[in-house]
Amino acid sequence: MIRRHGGQSHGLIEVLHQVQELDGFLSKPALLQVARGLRLPLSRVYGVASFYHLFRLQPPAEHRCAVCLGTACFVRGAGRLAVGLRRRLGLDLDQTSGDGRWALERVSCLGACGQAPVLVLDGVLFTAPPADQPQELDSWLTALGLPAAVALPAAVGLPAAVGTP
Amino acid sequence: MVALPPRERSQLRCCGASGCRSAGAGPLLAALRAAAAAGVAGEPSAIAALTTAEPGSGLEVRSVGCLRLCGQGPLVAWDGPEGTRLFGGLPPEGAAALVAQARGLAPIPLQAEPALAGHRLDLEQPFFRLQRPLVLEGCGIVDPERIEEAIAHGGYAQLRRVLQELSPEQVREQVRRSGLRGRGGGGYPTGLKWDTVALQPPGRRYVVCNADEGDPGAFMDRSVLEGDPHRLLEGMAIAAYAVGADHGYVYVRAEYPLAIERLRLALQQARHQGLLGQGIAGSSFNLELEVRVGAGAYVCGEETALLHSIQGQRGTPRSRPPYPAQAGLWGAPTLINNVETLAAVPVILRQGGDWYAAIGSDKSRGTKVFSLSGAIRHTGLVEVPMGTSLRTVVEIMGGGDPDGGAVKAVQTGGPSGGCIPAALLDTPVDFESLLALGSMMGSGGMVVIGQGTAMPEVARHFMAFSVNESCGKCVPCRAGTVQLLALLDRCVERRATAADLEALEALCAMVKATSLCGLGQAAPNPVLSTLRHFRQEYGAVPGAGP
Repeated sequence: MIRRHGGQSHGLIEVLHQVQELDGFLSKPALLQVARGLRLPLSRVYGVASFYHLFRLQPPAEHRCAVCLGTACFVRGAGRLAVGLRRRLGLDLDQTSGDGRWALERVSCLGACGQAPVLVLDGVLFTAPPADQPQELDSWLTALGLPAAVALPAAVGLPAAVGTP
Repeated sequence: MVALPPRERSQLRCCGASGCRSAGAGPLLAALRAAAAAGVAGEPSAIAALTTAEPGSGLEVRSVGCLRLCGQGPLVAWDGPEGTRLFGGLPPEGAAALVAQARGLAPIPLQAEPALAGHRLDLEQPFFRLQRPLVLEGCGIVDPERIEEAIAHGGYAQLRRVLQELSPEQVREQVRRSGLRGRGGGGYPTGLKWDTVALQPPGRRYVVCNADEGDPGAFMDRSVLEGDPHRLLEGMAIAAYAVGADHGYVYVRAEYPLAIERLRLALQQARHQGLLGQGIAGSSFNLELEVRVGAGAYVCGEETALLHSIQGQRGTPRSRPPYPAQAGLWGAPTLINNVETLAAVPVILRQGGDWYAAIGSDKSRGTKVFSLSGAIRHTGLVEVPMGTSLRTVVEIMGGGDPDGGAVKAVQTGGPSGGCIPAALLDTPVDFESLLALGSMMGSGGMVVIGQGTAMPEVARHFMAFSVNESCGKCVPCRAGTVQLLALLDRCVERRATAADLEALEALCAMVKATSLCGLGQAAPNPVLSTLRHFRQEYGAVPGAGP
């Protein structure tokens, strides 16, 4: 794979994309191998891998739920949808549960502004939930197969420690 | 263009862009193709034998780029002897009925067909009628995956002509005369930028297309990439010829998988046809283009950060000068233009710079593509002459608030822009007028905000975005945005004191003045513009807080 990119250091991001596609994430041994192959210091490879949001340095969770917080979704109630998801999963945005089952992610604009607000659950796009009606939203989320709400001190402002790996 | 002149043999154009795909265009296209190939139940077998593959016989079902009215997707256009009819939100079950109508074999007239009732969209409504497609003239007509269609619609004709008839200086002359300004948000005169690169000392030069469309709510560039990628490649090749570059990159954000796929295919087809590579179109001009995919960093839309990312480094900006036009990729002079800017180039050369300059307003020439979304009836893509009023775009074309309420504000320019209150909707959309209101043109995302949304929340939304996307290189942006977010939290929760508001304004001024790159310098704009136009909503609580 490294050879395909001519072994050149400017192909680093492309190589990391392909490694992540194969492995699901960028493990330490993989980063070391990339560094050796491209003849770059590991610090440079790690620096790049940790800079970009799309590169994962931890194994991905079993289920991934990404809520779009683009402006169009925001105007149409993505904030309320995000609160609903945080309650259901007991996670803050950009957190993975300790058991590695769920990850809640935020994305900025999936380009489905016409169907806003939207979320992606395990790679499938779900559109236009009833974000304005709390009860209907709850049953909508249940229909998606999300776990029941966990007991939380408050609806908003989860303690950052909940579910931190 | 969505509506086509009447044609004898019917065809169906199904939108295959991301917006419609998320609304179910995939299954619909498959159902239309199946119905067209297999024939409709009860149809004579002779017709059932006709397939889409036989030219001149069956009904052609084509996958095309964006048909504009994304909110009503999936969209299908039927072009026939009576012109174009547009359908929206058609489920796959309705495909057979539409195919039967298009073949003129339906037992009942179109108006009476129950499967199509309620799906017909009016092409005479202002949303379509007031558009002036130049950049998007092929988008929605050509199949983006077939270079033959792009060529049949005039694609690469200007590149061939330029290589045969014009000198690089003559090309730049036309671009200068057109008055074209950078469509990525900055509004820098394109001709001047091309001249700067071309007039650098001899040596290697690069051309780069910035397709890292990161503003949430902006999908203009994606529509060009997905709907008519060959137009961008032609514009890039002309730009490379005009500045003397023989190598170039298109930097696309990773969040646009379909755009990347189609762009790669387009590059491959163009190379195969001798329109890229060595000795293009029989001339001595060479150009190699590559796609580079981002990895989810908004700051990479900033030109110096983008160059670092292409070089395989962290996408952090650096101070300018030297400008990329002087020292860009690997130190060589580099021309960086946005997708829409480059896609406007072929039409400028075809019609002439003066022709293009006659469209639009005094200092902002030509047309601009906007993506309309948020609290608006018609979500989608519009291309209008510069200087069209915001009211025309949002209320007349966009149809205003979906629930019939009044529009509260329009957000332009994404996280770097601001909110324009409804009272100022008569402002013409051009670079200077929007700047004067404390917003900016930005790349063209327009998000309409309804009465139910509080403006401090909008400001906080953007600030949270900036905190998340700050690259961390300079302190004012890295730490300043975090502090601004904390102050905005107090504003949203209605516990801000007068002192908090003062601190908010002072900090905004500081971050704006001292940040290294455009992201930090513009991060306070959503706060400043909402403070300016909606100050009452920030309403300081007298004596509240510590």
